[in-house]
Amino acid sequence: MGASAEDAVAALFGKIKRSRLNAYNVLSEDLALERARDFDRSPWSGLMAGVPIAIKSCISTRGIETNCSSRILSGYTPPYDATVIERLKEEGAIIVGKTNMDEFAMGTSTETSYFGPTRNPWDLDRVPGGSSGGSAAAVAAGEAPAALGSDTGGSIRCPASFCGIVGLKPTYGLVSRYGLVSYANSLEQIGPLTLTVEDAALVLDVIAGHDPRDSTSADTPGGYLSALDRGVDGLTLGVPEEYFGEGVNPKVERSVWDAISKLEELGASWKEVSLPHTKYALAAYYIIAMSEASSNLARFDGLRYGLRLGADQDWHTTFSDIRAAGFGPEVKRRVLLGTYALSAGYYGRYYLKALKVRTLIKEDFERALSVGGADLLVTPTMPFPAFKIGERIEDPLSLYMADVFTVPINLAGVPAISVPCGFADGLPIGLQIIGRHFDEVSVLRAAKAYEDATPYHEAVPKEVV
Amino acid sequence: MAEKDVIIGLEVHVQLNKLNSKLFCGCSTGYHDSPPNTHTCPVCLGLPGTLPVVNRRAVEYAIRVALALNCAIQGETLFYRKNYYYPDLPKAFQITQYDFPLGLGGAILIRGEDGEEKRIRITRVHMEEDPGRLVHAGTIDRAKYSMVDYNRCGMALLEVVTEPDLRSPKEARAFLDKLRNILEYLDVFDGNLEGAMRIDSNISLVGGERAEIKNISSHKGVEKALAYEITRQRSARRRGVAQVQETRHYDELRGITVTIRTKEEAHDYRYFPEPDLVPMRIADWVPRVEAELPELPDAKRERFVVDYDIADDHAKSLTSEIRVANFYELVAKRASPRLAAVWIADVLKGELNYRDATIDRFSPGHMVEILDMIEKGKITEKGAVEVIRTILDHGGDPAGVVEAKGLARAEDDAVMEAVRAAVEECAQAVADYRSGNEKAINFIVGMVMKRTRGRADPGEANRLVKEALDGAGGA
Repeated sequence: MGASAEDAVAALFGKIKRSRLNAYNVLSEDLALERARDFDRSPWSGLMAGVPIAIKSCISTRGIETNCSSRILSGYTPPYDATVIERLKEEGAIIVGKTNMDEFAMGTSTETSYFGPTRNPWDLDRVPGGSSGGSAAAVAAGEAPAALGSDTGGSIRCPASFCGIVGLKPTYGLVSRYGLVSYANSLEQIGPLTLTVEDAALVLDVIAGHDPRDSTSADTPGGYLSALDRGVDGLTLGVPEEYFGEGVNPKVERSVWDAISKLEELGASWKEVSLPHTKYALAAYYIIAMSEASSNLARFDGLRYGLRLGADQDWHTTFSDIRAAGFGPEVKRRVLLGTYALSAGYYGRYYLKALKVRTLIKEDFERALSVGGADLLVTPTMPFPAFKIGERIEDPLSLYMADVFTVPINLAGVPAISVPCGFADGLPIGLQIIGRHFDEVSVLRAAKAYEDATPYHEAVPKEVV
Repeated sequence: MAEKDVIIGLEVHVQLNKLNSKLFCGCSTGYHDSPPNTHTCPVCLGLPGTLPVVNRRAVEYAIRVALALNCAIQGETLFYRKNYYYPDLPKAFQITQYDFPLGLGGAILIRGEDGEEKRIRITRVHMEEDPGRLVHAGTIDRAKYSMVDYNRCGMALLEVVTEPDLRSPKEARAFLDKLRNILEYLDVFDGNLEGAMRIDSNISLVGGERAEIKNISSHKGVEKALAYEITRQRSARRRGVAQVQETRHYDELRGITVTIRTKEEAHDYRYFPEPDLVPMRIADWVPRVEAELPELPDAKRERFVVDYDIADDHAKSLTSEIRVANFYELVAKRASPRLAAVWIADVLKGELNYRDATIDRFSPGHMVEILDMIEKGKITEKGAVEVIRTILDHGGDPAGVVEAKGLARAEDDAVMEAVRAAVEECAQAVADYRSGNEKAINFIVGMVMKRTRGRADPGEANRLVKEALDGAGGA
């Protein structure tokens, strides 16, 4: 200590500006420095007093551009703060800037950003994962001590896994979505990306809890930080057979089994469980997400905010031109597919059927995590480590397949964390720990026990300037 | 005239404009006199990331209406998204209800074409949000540009859908009048506010295709548009022109309907459940809302007959509009209830109708004063009508009008004096009367009226002249 908050924040911005990662697409340097100076003059208290934090570009911040890494929203500055931002500010945090992401969170690699791809600090030729790739890369490379991301089908856990950090997707309803620009409302949650489980618990304590502005948010007791050190003694881990085997990188699989052994050593027991409807999860997930997205993204017409092209034509021409120019190809693909899935005559065949599959998957998890069954499930977060930039972007289906272990968790609405559990050829591997609805406490304490007993979270990527 | 082959069903959009805030945000509903886009917030503007939260009071109001329309309240209700692009719809979807609406299967009674009470079935009642409003620079088809005002955006609307039970434009109007009356009784709706009620009418001839006439805001407009549409469809049928299912617009200035789109061009709204709202178990709310339901028109009518001892016809007329009923009760507390019923139901309402005005134009205090003057014989009935008309047309108060127009009834002494003078003056007429020509008395009464400059009551003058003549003759 000793250094002022202003010095620390200024140093952070120096680091960000020297970085080659492209983790941020908007920096709020003036606001952050001003707040740091205020803090130095009369320090305030709070769980995150004076702590800088990076915010994913799809979370609304008053006075700071919130563009979702899309051309159509470039220049859009919200007149209000998301609930999570209000809570961070109340606890004294300092917002550094907005992090790069897949456009409107549609992607697994942060390559679909209008502002160019973010690079993985472990290997600049590789993707950081997505869609919260900017948040994960920033935290992994020390460009922010913590970040918020959003997770619709793995968008926090995937980049946490690829960048070797901690990422938590809370139970659906635990954290207010008010201010999160919607991609797929019924699936997504805001959550923390941090270097340690303890930091994740701290941020969760700040952002969780009922919000009258979000009808889907629940009232919960919180207290995550204080429950961290209870260990795993007596916990039963379930290992779902469907999450291992074909398509999974053997090194990833070995690291996860090693992690299970480690947890066993620490006092947990494990048993095999089955989530039989896993194979239908991807199809159901993409139908639901694209359908909701097609409706959510319809409002971007350039009339009230966002992209404006030259001279206005009539209404239909103007908004069609703006949408044609403002959305990237992946967004257009999902909006078109979602529109199709909701159309008369197809709704029952696709959307309703996907909702039924979703119920079955939720029941899978409830059964596996029932009393007398497992307390937690452990799986790989991603089937493989970070891939190369450009390697899969032309093949959307192979990108969609990468989400196979993360999307079922969003369909079920349960919480899950990704923590570093090893390396494959120098690239981080993530362990996914899944819990019962609103049982973040068990998820976090297992993750903490594992972290305490292993060195992986201490490894530092090459690209740290 | 009711015609057997005419089939009409209505979809009525009712703004719950007595609420304090909009359906999904805290914005105030009192925008009617405000500049454009001043009653908005991130939620009703649909800014990225905002979420709707249901106004529970709006749901209560909606249940109130559904109960009054005798609908079955559904156990659980939920909202859907109706997706379409329009500049007045900032989210590009309207939050509305689709499957599982709030109320199903109701009915109300109207006065049918034959004068008998007729039951009109209500298919459903559901909640939805109002879009904003486009203001065109010029007429809708010629405007170079349009502006959009989001003040109205997010207001709570109820959609009331009838079965095709109406058989004439007049019945459609009777239904709308009755619906408005019920809504105002429920204190959820002020029909005088601009855009308070907007009606889509479906009309067809038996065996023909249906036309939907969109978005008419006056009951009279609906009646006229339907009448036009019947003529148009009949004439098309006579000429052998095939009808297509279509949506039409009523051009109020020209009094005709014009095609907007045909069925082939119909939207696919891609309804799906609104993921940002959770289903509501409203069955549990019903007992409380039911207990708080105010007195409805038919109950009030019965109570008026009993409490004020007035004729059923008068009670029916007085309760056909909540404002009139309230006006009557105010007056009846300070004047003779029976006299008040006659003067309000038979005279005042007629004068208001003639002027296309509502009862708000007249003060209950003035009515009390006028009734008092009638009872005390200070003005004649004719004079009282004159006072009402003058106040409606030029303003003022009863005493002032009586004074200014010299309507005060002549004092009895002055009338007696005039009678004496007239009898003296009209010797010939007196003689004629006495010789059996009864009509001769009219001439003398006329003289009395002339002498009193009309302030004498003609009947009273007649009686006094007769008394004077007969008395003198008997002496």
